[in-house]
Amino acid sequence: MTSVALLHRITDFANRPDPYPLYAELRRTPVVRDEAGPYLVSTYWEIRSLLHDPRISSDARNLTAEAARATGQDQDPDLPPNFLRLDPPEHDRLRRLAMAPFGPPDTPRRVYDMHGELTDVVAGLIDGCRGKEQIDLVDDISYPFPVTVICRLLGVPREDEKLFHEWADTIAAGPDPVVTDEEREAKLDSVRRARRELAGYLAGLIEERRRSPRDDMLSAMAAGHGADGRMSPVEAVTTSALLLVAGHETTVNLITNGMLTLLRNPDVLQRLRAEPDLAAPLVEELLRFEPPVQMLPQRTTLADIDIAGTIIPKGASVYLMLASGSRDPQRFTDADRFIPDRADNQHLGFGHGLHACFGAPLARLEAQLALTALVRRLDAPRLVEDPPPYRPNAVLRGPRHLPIAIGGIKG
Amino acid sequence: MPPVSVDGYLEAFRRQGRIVVVGASLAGLRAAETLRDEGFTGTLTMIGDEPHEPYDRPPLSKQVLLGKVPPDHTDLPRRRPVDAEWRLGVAATGLDLAAKRVQLSDGDSVEYDRLLITTGVRARPWPRELEAELDGVFVLRTRDDARRLHHRLKAGPRGVLVIGAGFTGSEIASACRERGLSVTVAERGAAPLVGALGGVVGEVAAELHRSHGVDLRCGVQVTGLEGDAAGRVRTAHFSDGTAVEAEAVVVALGATRNTEWLADSGLGAGPRGIACDAGCRAFDVRGIVTDDVFVAGDVARSPHPLFGYQFLSLEHWGNAVAQAEIAAHNMVSASADRRPHLWMPSFWSAQFGVNIKSVGVPPMADQIIVTQGSLAEHRFTAAYGHQGRVIAAVTFDQAKWLDFYEGEIERAAPFPPEFPTVDRRPEGMQPVPAGFPDPSLPSHGPTVTLSGHSPTDRRITFTPRRA
Repeated sequence: MTSVALLHRITDFANRPDPYPLYAELRRTPVVRDEAGPYLVSTYWEIRSLLHDPRISSDARNLTAEAARATGQDQDPDLPPNFLRLDPPEHDRLRRLAMAPFGPPDTPRRVYDMHGELTDVVAGLIDGCRGKEQIDLVDDISYPFPVTVICRLLGVPREDEKLFHEWADTIAAGPDPVVTDEEREAKLDSVRRARRELAGYLAGLIEERRRSPRDDMLSAMAAGHGADGRMSPVEAVTTSALLLVAGHETTVNLITNGMLTLLRNPDVLQRLRAEPDLAAPLVEELLRFEPPVQMLPQRTTLADIDIAGTIIPKGASVYLMLASGSRDPQRFTDADRFIPDRADNQHLGFGHGLHACFGAPLARLEAQLALTALVRRLDAPRLVEDPPPYRPNAVLRGPRHLPIAIGGIKG
Repeated sequence: MPPVSVDGYLEAFRRQGRIVVVGASLAGLRAAETLRDEGFTGTLTMIGDEPHEPYDRPPLSKQVLLGKVPPDHTDLPRRRPVDAEWRLGVAATGLDLAAKRVQLSDGDSVEYDRLLITTGVRARPWPRELEAELDGVFVLRTRDDARRLHHRLKAGPRGVLVIGAGFTGSEIASACRERGLSVTVAERGAAPLVGALGGVVGEVAAELHRSHGVDLRCGVQVTGLEGDAAGRVRTAHFSDGTAVEAEAVVVALGATRNTEWLADSGLGAGPRGIACDAGCRAFDVRGIVTDDVFVAGDVARSPHPLFGYQFLSLEHWGNAVAQAEIAAHNMVSASADRRPHLWMPSFWSAQFGVNIKSVGVPPMADQIIVTQGSLAEHRFTAAYGHQGRVIAAVTFDQAKWLDFYEGEIERAAPFPPEFPTVDRRPEGMQPVPAGFPDPSLPSHGPTVTLSGHSPTDRRITFTPRRA
């Protein structure tokens, strides 16, 4: 088997609606060096083992110069990496500080207590679709819902969404592999600019919260916590930028992919209508079947790693193909089937190990509430086009629009 | 029974056989559920000496002592209905292997076609009976123990003494400090957890105790407990000549295996547990494996290929579940379909705000190396080595790395590890002696005890313990 430009084909926009056959091809060689330079890991157990391997670094500064050039990993001399791009101990300290106002052990009820508020936000957005015969799920529900939620959680004014929307979109496209040098340069430049502008915007908000704190995460991160002290101003900026972008650029795809999958499987849609308790396992299956994060393209080896008959040399760039691993028939029976109450569903949708998704509890709740409300309240929903138009992103993959014809809004 | 093939017997047994499970706690319950899952439709009898339905023990030394969870809210979640006859509050007192009959404390007896023994362990009491009977002297193993101890801690005793700084003792001390109680911990070894994790990690545990305000006394024995005229414990005397005032004393000296009821049965049962093969079948005293008596959980002792076929006896929650599932499967399967119990030993503990987790068998190790993080920060991952291979690992607040080290143990990776990792510190560049105490010296029992050799080794001497 040759790896001829498999990565190229995966990132090719023409294959965005259905990359899964390419992943199946990729899995024939669990670990393979792509022509473009990086090593692609595509099978479940190999990905899982590398997600827990301390010889793998998330810090792009560990790439060899050659690998860095080949994969176009960016480093901004003025803006240090956020904790997604850091290793312990820096990663651990920043993640603990960010977790303090968000989850256990310090704030175990934060997400749970948002249940009522989230239900109201979804209900309001669906109410806003009254009178329409066709909705765009992305623009009407899947995008505004998590944006509203992450804004409230962080304490970012919702009305500033116009400001940061484009920065966030540009940054979210950042991890996508590019092919030519020109593309690379152009993208590095635009991502860097978006990062700086978003950073400047958030720095202002954080400074404001430092002076007059409110009940939000920006204030908590500005104030600091316990034994770990507090974040430096620049750390608070990079961390809040990460949470703001990750907090909605992924969930939008989870909700949209969810509704798309339900509309393609009307029997499951009917079942969810009748059994709201199905929402929890159904969202897990979605995370396996159509994950919002398709791959993790930013890991680096600190040593030669012998895996699945291949030695990945020290300093190499490694892409963990999560969406492929979650469809690995060696791990999941009927891996290409959507089974909403699948048992033993330890998918890779949220990653695993040290960098396992920070916002997973919130994303789960958002998707469960949104999908349950949508199937209950949309009358006779029908896909207008299949496949729908996709966003360009290969890593954070999802439809740009999802037009749905409806008979009306119930309730 | 008319002459039938063995397979025919198995089919009939699966349909209408009689299975008795002695021990109605975690292992017993999970085994019963697995039996039904696997299609066993015969009669199932569950015998438990405690009056309670199966409950979970880990919270008893943590959330229950803190008052966060009432003791009777610790019932184990059920995976499925088991359709069993429950004989709770009744202990098994004897076993007749030839007649296939279990004798019960109420005078009754139950016959079986296949028997599963999951009688577990009990807390080792304070050895001086008169002192142990003083009001205010506790052990902690059962739900009722936890209720009594929590009740006393809630009353705010002036001075708590914990005897033994193994996992249970350390967790109790941690809960007492969280309640604001003044606590002394007396440990015969050089440091807390030294039997389970060795001296290097034990020193970190000692720092945890002290930095949380525990009056930790290592290298001392409690020589006597003294009560007042009303029979309430008041003073504890130590081997170094000192004494402390304590209104509550918790004896945390490890566990004793519940095997006395088998002393005359002819089964290979003794103070170290019941020896069984990797398929969970019990050995008799001759070293011949039985085919109708199975063992699982804390009371079992089985050979593990990864650890030199040593017979491991593991008081680990996860082991109880895994071994019960294997035992149940094997009880209703033909020999070709049976599975070995190859569970990777692992456990966790929560104390002084730190999550401690371990995989493998640390007490087998001769050396230790801190591969990630820092002992001084109380956040680290350490690998244990035995004769040049990785044999175990422990994490303090770094549990997410354990899967990797589990893989290293499974493939007998060389020790010390030669590769760089994230978060490698200067102190972690060289291995040092792991610092396990001489196993012949008495201490609190380590979580893992090692004994015996390959099941094919004929030189086994067996001395049944007389109750």
